[in-house]
Amino acid sequence: MENKYALFLGCTIPLRGRQYEKSAVEVARLFGAELEPQQDFACCGFPIKSATREGTLLLAARNLAVAEEAGLEVLALCSSCASVLAEVAEELAEDDGLRSRVNEKLAKVNRKVEKPPRVRHFARWLYEEVGPEAIKEKVVAPLGDFRFAVHYGCHYLKPSWAFHDAEDPEAPHSIGDLLRATGAAVVDYAEYKKCCGGALLGIDAELSLAIAGEKLTRVKAAGPDAVVLVCPFCAVMYDDNQKKIAAQLEQKLELPVLFLPQVLGLALGLSSQDVGLKLAKNKCEKLLAAFAGE
Amino acid sequence: MTINKTDPGFKYDVAAEPGGEAIKYCFACGTCTAACPVRAIDERYNPRKIIRMILLGLRERVLSSDFIWLCSTCYSCEERCPQGVSFAEIITAVKNIAAREGKLHPAYVTQLDLLKQFGRLYELEEFDNKKRAKMGLAELKTTCDEVGKLLEES
Repeated sequence: MENKYALFLGCTIPLRGRQYEKSAVEVARLFGAELEPQQDFACCGFPIKSATREGTLLLAARNLAVAEEAGLEVLALCSSCASVLAEVAEELAEDDGLRSRVNEKLAKVNRKVEKPPRVRHFARWLYEEVGPEAIKEKVVAPLGDFRFAVHYGCHYLKPSWAFHDAEDPEAPHSIGDLLRATGAAVVDYAEYKKCCGGALLGIDAELSLAIAGEKLTRVKAAGPDAVVLVCPFCAVMYDDNQKKIAAQLEQKLELPVLFLPQVLGLALGLSSQDVGLKLAKNKCEKLLAAFAGE
Repeated sequence: MTINKTDPGFKYDVAAEPGGEAIKYCFACGTCTAACPVRAIDERYNPRKIIRMILLGLRERVLSSDFIWLCSTCYSCEERCPQGVSFAEIITAVKNIAAREGKLHPAYVTQLDLLKQFGRLYELEEFDNKKRAKMGLAELKTTCDEVGKLLEES
């Protein structure tokens, strides 16, 4: 199949974001693309940048070498994986000296990067290669009764240089555009660009949950049926840790959390099982009821 | 603060790290600090103040502090800096120096151990592969020893 991509899952998705993976694979298939996880992909390197930037560089380069060997472009579901792989691909493509230094170390594990493959976030690919118009044309179950709040997160957009300024991080709109293609409304809310706080969860949980809580309070005030996101770690914060966030805030949240391709998939005719609708801790009961018979 | 407890060379050490070079262009406008979601709710973390501390040479106070580990890596500071300084990269440079001096935050010690063992941050067990298979998702390898070997090289 010509339209094949190396699917980069990272650490979190295989265990805690299977509904994201499943729905992304199914949605891509509807548009003739095959997303294939590579057996030799491992950690992207992002999590240890604070400890060793060199380690991050080598781990990211190793993954790029795996994709290059397979002759495939990379699509990442996790925003942090997407950003660090795109950064390192850019650095290695531009700096011959850096590339040969990195390749000396990669040689110890029999890997080599010559021409780093293109790296994109899955949602960016959807926006650029499929686009809202093509989605609109294929919608079979319009979501006109639904209102969603988009959480863009940070590394889907930033650092913007790594993504060739694909979208202005001060005024992101791509995910909202994709969601509106289903007929759904996208709600505005204050601070919609803010960080989930996830990177600090292991460092200072109270602070991390407070950052998430501040934002979820704003989301809640906008009254959406669910918050929609494109990063498994944002979901770890907003879904897996929502109870703790609510306890720290001393208020109820009860906010359903969905990944973008789950919503798109339902509108495009996939079943609630195909998109793993029941796998969230904070399930979207309204969507479950609407798609109960499928 | 006494002058003999300062290390005027600290800023050069930071500037010598990849990503740290731009610190000399900071003109202390505070845009990074205004953009910072951590600073918005926790006064311990103040990017402008941290840059001043580095420039003043308060090496030990910075490297031994709790606050250097509080960056959420959102990159808002980098995107908005009028001088092309990435505070996110500067604080990464500072943390890398702290790590080499034996002051790595324990959370990262744990993460490095997990990566060496499994190649990813969470252990993927056969049980997880069974759950994946049920959903029609590909089986994944549960370890990757190349990661540990590369971390030895870094």
